[in-house]
Amino acid sequence: MLRFLSSRLLVLIPTLLGVVLLAFFLVRQLHGDAVEARSGERGITAEQLAERRQALGLDRPLHEQFLTYLGQVVQGDLGKSYVTQRPVLDEFVELFPATIELSIVAMIIAIVIGLPAGILAALTRGSIFDHGVMGAALTGYSMPIFWWAILLIVLFSNILGLTPVSGRLDVLYYIEPATGFMLIDTLLSDEPEAFWSALHHLILPSIVLGTIPLAVIARMTRSAMLEVLSEDYIRTARAKGLSPFRVIWVHALRNALIPVVTVIGLQTGTLLAGAVLTETIFSWPGIGKWLIDAIGRRDFPAVQGGILLIAVTIITVNLAVDLLYGLINPRIRHQK
Amino acid sequence: MTGAAPSTPTVTAATVPLPSPLADFWRDFSRNRGALAGLLFILLITFAAIFAPIVAPHAADVQYRDSFLVPPPWAGGNDWRFLLGTDDVGRDIFSRIVWGAQLSLLIGVIVVTVSLGFGVLLGLIAGFMRGTVDQVIMRLMDILMALPSLLLAVAIVAVLGPSLVNAMIAIAIVVLPHYVRLTRATVITELAKDYVTASRIAGAGLWRMMIIVVLPNCLAPLIVQASLGFSSAILDAAALGFLGLGALPPTPEWGTMLADAKKFVQSGHWWVVTFPGLAILLTVLAFNLLGDGLRDALDPKLKER
Amino acid sequence: MALLEVRDLSVRFGKFQAVSGVDLTVEAGEIVGIVGESGSGKSVTSLAVMGLINAPGKVSAGAMRFDGQDLLAMPARARRRLLGSDIAMIFQEPMTSLNPSYTVGFQIEEVLAVHGYRERRKRRDRAVELLEMVGIPDAGRRLSAFPHQMSGGMNQRVMIAMSVALDPRLLIADEPTTALDVTIQAQILRLLIELQREKGMGLVFITHDLGVLAEIADRVVVMYAGEVVEMAPTRDLFTHPSHPYTHALLNALPDRALAQMQASGRRGRLPAIPGVVPGPNDRPLGCLLQPRCAFADGRCVTEHPLLHPTPGGGVRCHRPLGADGRPGPELAAGPLAGVA
Repeated sequence: MLRFLSSRLLVLIPTLLGVVLLAFFLVRQLHGDAVEARSGERGITAEQLAERRQALGLDRPLHEQFLTYLGQVVQGDLGKSYVTQRPVLDEFVELFPATIELSIVAMIIAIVIGLPAGILAALTRGSIFDHGVMGAALTGYSMPIFWWAILLIVLFSNILGLTPVSGRLDVLYYIEPATGFMLIDTLLSDEPEAFWSALHHLILPSIVLGTIPLAVIARMTRSAMLEVLSEDYIRTARAKGLSPFRVIWVHALRNALIPVVTVIGLQTGTLLAGAVLTETIFSWPGIGKWLIDAIGRRDFPAVQGGILLIAVTIITVNLAVDLLYGLINPRIRHQK
Repeated sequence: MTGAAPSTPTVTAATVPLPSPLADFWRDFSRNRGALAGLLFILLITFAAIFAPIVAPHAADVQYRDSFLVPPPWAGGNDWRFLLGTDDVGRDIFSRIVWGAQLSLLIGVIVVTVSLGFGVLLGLIAGFMRGTVDQVIMRLMDILMALPSLLLAVAIVAVLGPSLVNAMIAIAIVVLPHYVRLTRATVITELAKDYVTASRIAGAGLWRMMIIVVLPNCLAPLIVQASLGFSSAILDAAALGFLGLGALPPTPEWGTMLADAKKFVQSGHWWVVTFPGLAILLTVLAFNLLGDGLRDALDPKLKER
Repeated sequence: MALLEVRDLSVRFGKFQAVSGVDLTVEAGEIVGIVGESGSGKSVTSLAVMGLINAPGKVSAGAMRFDGQDLLAMPARARRRLLGSDIAMIFQEPMTSLNPSYTVGFQIEEVLAVHGYRERRKRRDRAVELLEMVGIPDAGRRLSAFPHQMSGGMNQRVMIAMSVALDPRLLIADEPTTALDVTIQAQILRLLIELQREKGMGLVFITHDLGVLAEIADRVVVMYAGEVVEMAPTRDLFTHPSHPYTHALLNALPDRALAQMQASGRRGRLPAIPGVVPGPNDRPLGCLLQPRCAFADGRCVTEHPLLHPTPGGGVRCHRPLGADGRPGPELAAGPLAGVA
């Protein structure tokens, strides 16, 4: 187990470094562009251009620039947003909880529906239910999320009038941001009935965001279950006279869930990518929307800082999933 | 034993001529109705894309000033010139979708070809050279794989500037690692086998080894991956278009056509947003069905499923 | 009354007839060996008895009785109650037959818990007792070991412990030593026989190795292509095999071949049986062995032989071999002549 842990951590460092390097090149390219773009607009002299470049440190040797950048990143200095003049890190931290909240609810939906669907599909293999579930799953991840969102909005918000179209909360309420998680903050505030408004606003976006993970989880669970059910130890369990329920619940699931947990963890990346699209459509004030807006406004520090932070998040989550996998897979956890 | 009796007529003919691998493959593949449906749809779309000038009744950017936001004739409108209605500047949606098919297929072909080509090359190099070269390439691929494809594509396009070509470059880069890993894994596995050592001793050159020895063994998974890569290329290109980071208006890319969707959502002009999205869904679905079908037919281990 | 009585058992998977017309009887305390090549249907037969054949397999039998109880008519729950407690089975691959995610102790205690051991304390004590019985040292600590932390031989001992946990009256062992190292094979075999003798269990020992059965079995059943071709007490089978297939199997035993060569003074090759077991698409119309049988004649090609009863068991052949090793007189066909 220890060896597994350390090998994973060892890979982490060069990967993180690599991502910072990527972001660094992004910075240079964008800052270079920015300087020239601004210079072109006001028609300044070559000297002033050189001055600007020097101010940004663009005239120093490459590796020095990188080390400076690395130093800044490690200290949490990711520059200031051109638009708001606030530190990028602060903006990110402020908006991140909205995305996390959305992602968590989306993942809960995906697991609560996807897991049982996959298990039942495996158990009733070849039946109409099985084909139905698999067909739905396939459609689910062939769908462009932004279109799916529009469809659902048209159906539930426009036609049925059931759900709101944008934002996290009814405009009537003002809630003090405590944790940043609306579901918690509303309960903590002096208007706890706002909780329902928060939930109300969460439903549609999280269904949209959770669709692809749901489809992937259903498929993976089904194939993992099918594989486990054909293993020898299932036959042994039956030969011991165990009830079919126990065979599935105790013996099959425990092993089938191992790869599924990994898949669930790795869906984080998909969630964050999907968040970018979902937040845009639902005007959900999270980092996805912030990133796209920043790109549109040519707010380069925000773009580059945002991508770096998202990348670090995903890498960290992947590492956690890897470690979790080591814990739940008995062959790795209890090595000889 | 020496048999005194003549050999027996058995129940069925003792030897059936072995079918060719292609016939075998087709038989397994065609058993999967979803895959067949997918293939059919792809052929349909390809036909429409190639013969777009004939299939599409109008050009993609022609604006009919007297026909803004006309609903489809079978759903309230009364103009059969516009089979699926018109958009907010009077362009025929059906035609735009057909022209968009051309674009989407082109995107898919270019992205898959480029990333497949480079991916296989890098994989071969990494697998054959090992050592530092291998490590560097794989670390690079790890970094690329650490990010979800859309985010990375967004980042790259943010640097390069929004355009369809840049979007294609971004997507091709993003999907590269899958092909690299696959090829490299195959190279390493095959190189360890005896027949490779034998052919090396017999004097086979590096190129010959690469092409004749390694590639046939990873062809099947590569084909499956390529088919699935097609569908994710179309999805990602559409997403970038939607975000305003890919093909820019007035290009009839399906995702770009949905970029202004929000305002139509409120106003009840459902046809403007439904059909482009439906086109994306059906095409991506078709390629996924095809990819699944190919995988089931080509991978013997999965045959039972 | 026999402990296990199976008559006319057939198992079919779609178009493939895996087992047809098999009769099997096991008396209490008796060791019956089932021998055959891969594809002979010996495993499928035992799985059918246990009720472990899943869809799309179809099981049908004239009779299947354990201790007088009709296994076929029994509701599923009643049958499950028998499994693990009265009838137990151990399998060929010990490394994959135990659940890798649970400790050995958990899996042994599970079978105890399901069949009546209510108290944890008692279960644990019994589990330790069982591990010691099968010769696993440091039993107390092994309870918390995982299958992958132990060797194949140890895992098989665990399987055996698990199977005899509730003192079953019938134990079915499906090639229990095939996947093990040669040195371990002998140990496991000895363990099984000791347990059988101590507890007076009926034991069905399935194997492809006829030599093993010579040492341990009371009776031997020879299977080929899903049918029983000969049944006889062990000694009779080995000294006077009646079926050409049995005869060929015995000849193929290296020891016997060597002995024969020494006796006759000639050197030669080890005899092998030419041809292969018929697959699903090429089952002969008449006798299933006929394409490979040295003694086959015209009748063998067209007429499927019945299992003719003999003093010790039966033989499925038109002209069973006599004491001299040559085909004897033609046996009359029964009323169902010509029916495969």
